[in-house]
Amino acid sequence: MHLFNELTNYQQPSEEGYYGQYGGAYIPEMLYSNVETLKNQYLQIMDDPAFKAEVAALLKDYVGRPTPLFYAERLSAEIGAKIYLKREDLCHTGAHKINNTIGQIILAQRLGKKKIIAETGAGQHGVATATVCALKGMECVVYMGEKDIERQAPNVARMKMLGAKVVPAVSGSKTLKDATNEAIRAWINEPDTTHYIIGSVVGPHPYPDMVARFQSVISAEMRTQLEEVTGSPLPTHVVACVGGGSNAAGAFYHYLNEPTVELVAVEAAGHGVHSGMSAATTQLGSTGILHGSKSIVMQTKDGQVVEPHSISAGLDYPGIGPLHAFLYASKRGTFMSATDEAALKWAFHLSEIEGIIPALETAHAFAVLPEMNLKPTDVVIVCLSGRGDKDLATYMQAMDLK
Amino acid sequence: MSRLTELFEQKNKRVLNVYCTAGYPQLNSTLEVMGSLQKNGADIIELGMPYSDPLADGEVIQSSSLVALNNGMTIDTLFDQLATMRTSIYIPVVLMGYMNPILQYGFENFCIKAKSLGVDGLILPDMPLYEFEQIYGKIIQDNGLDFIFLVTPETPETRLRKLDALSSGFLYAVSSSATTGTDKDFSKVAVYLERLKSMQLKNPFLVGFGIKDKASFDAVNIFANGAIIGSAYIQALSKGNNVETTTKTFLERVLSN
Ligand SMILES: Cc1ncc(COP(=O)(O)O)c(C=O)c1O
Repeated sequence: MHLFNELTNYQQPSEEGYYGQYGGAYIPEMLYSNVETLKNQYLQIMDDPAFKAEVAALLKDYVGRPTPLFYAERLSAEIGAKIYLKREDLCHTGAHKINNTIGQIILAQRLGKKKIIAETGAGQHGVATATVCALKGMECVVYMGEKDIERQAPNVARMKMLGAKVVPAVSGSKTLKDATNEAIRAWINEPDTTHYIIGSVVGPHPYPDMVARFQSVISAEMRTQLEEVTGSPLPTHVVACVGGGSNAAGAFYHYLNEPTVELVAVEAAGHGVHSGMSAATTQLGSTGILHGSKSIVMQTKDGQVVEPHSISAGLDYPGIGPLHAFLYASKRGTFMSATDEAALKWAFHLSEIEGIIPALETAHAFAVLPEMNLKPTDVVIVCLSGRGDKDLATYMQAMDLK
Repeated sequence: MSRLTELFEQKNKRVLNVYCTAGYPQLNSTLEVMGSLQKNGADIIELGMPYSDPLADGEVIQSSSLVALNNGMTIDTLFDQLATMRTSIYIPVVLMGYMNPILQYGFENFCIKAKSLGVDGLILPDMPLYEFEQIYGKIIQDNGLDFIFLVTPETPETRLRKLDALSSGFLYAVSSSATTGTDKDFSKVAVYLERLKSMQLKNPFLVGFGIKDKASFDAVNIFANGAIIGSAYIQALSKGNNVETTTKTFLERVLSN
């Protein structure tokens, strides 16, 4: 097929947004104008020195970047390797998601947009979007699955307090997939004035590339920080959980073209990869189209998208960004998975041995460390994508059961 | 000559295309619904293949798709149902659907099979122009199917001309940027339709999205060659308990003088 773009540079999709055979923009004509404008302008806007300066200043003074790279001593001793934690949980609003929303809100302003819509799973992206909308005085509507509204109540309250309108998505599985459908439909219905801030490296081109670029600040900092403490910017492994894949894309970005660095993506196995209640997309999915891009999708043999399961709302998604699909297919990435149970166990364990309560999503990344056959000389960075406050209800339930 | 081309040669005003969802309201009502549409004055049938994530569709068609999927509708089942279609249906039939289920079926096999059953064309709202030109357009053409692109008021002129050139049968003019089933102010739409008419397109154009009754059908027919009704008909079907009487009443109202 002509679409195959043999990448040598993993950071750069083709003109049409393809990473290998994955990507593209499979959107109805009603979205063409908006997406085309974005496609034609995002690189130019993001390269503009004034834009860069504005983003950098907010990331520093508002988000609190750079986030620390913390050497986890007790965890390192237990695992038998040097383990560093990239503390995205210390970002304002409690997760990496705000790196992207800061960039996109300023971009939306440059595009002359007045209103922002977003989808959210765990609520972290919704909160990060509501936050920057408050900061910039823009109207904000967040679509969230009805089921997620229940299990992430604190984040719903935060969004409302920040002035956003939270609209429940009641179709399908009532989770992130359906919230994304609703946000896209809302965008179709008012394309002129509205910008859609997608929360992960998914969606039609140029979103996957644009979001990866905004999140790439994570690995840009990791390189500098690691070099300061070890003398080399290169770890042996970078580990991150993957829902759509934005924290992983950010943590991998400046290592994508460094073949010695092993990139470990951790998917949510739910009750177990083959239990029928899982969200391990690369293990269970096949090539398909979801939310405007060709990627790996969990689907029936008839091409209907299936409802995934994960205890963590942020990983409860039947797709994966096209960059990650390509990392998987090309074997540049190592894909592992962690069950609900393992994630819960690690959320408690990390709290107990490092004094850090992680988000449930993030806990998946830690759960694979014992299975990685690490050596004492290995230098591992785990992307600690978010903090666990939003998951306290789940954690409290787990404690009651103990 | 394709059935669509032939139709527009005989009739190029007030052409009525009605959308129905395959496998809705019952799994086996597909042919019954199509038969009623033909009998009661539809000129074209747009047969929707249900999909779990229909991005371009509003609530009404979403829910009919969900019912159809729960009824067990698949492309295989639909093709089984359509095996005898051409013994009773003589008007053009176009399949509307989303790319993903067709890719899983196998795009080329899908086209071969559809053609062999007497399907005339395809409407795939999430088919990108780039991929159409690179891969799929040729497969569609080789199998003698028409392909109908959508255009909107925001589609730039050069792109519109290209989409027109690559389409055959007719062009699908979305009344304004919206999902299906959204109400419209047709006085605003008129400016756009007048522009389309003045462009001397290669294909006749039918207006869709928001056409729901006689008033909206008449309004767009001032400029267009016809219109497409979807959500309003599905809604009527969802309320009526007899396909034939519901369809008859619905189409009589739309087509009355
Ligand atoms: C803390 C945290 N980590 C990870 C994710 C998963 O998203 P992504 O894969 O885009 O990083 C989420 C999503 O809500 C999240 O809140």
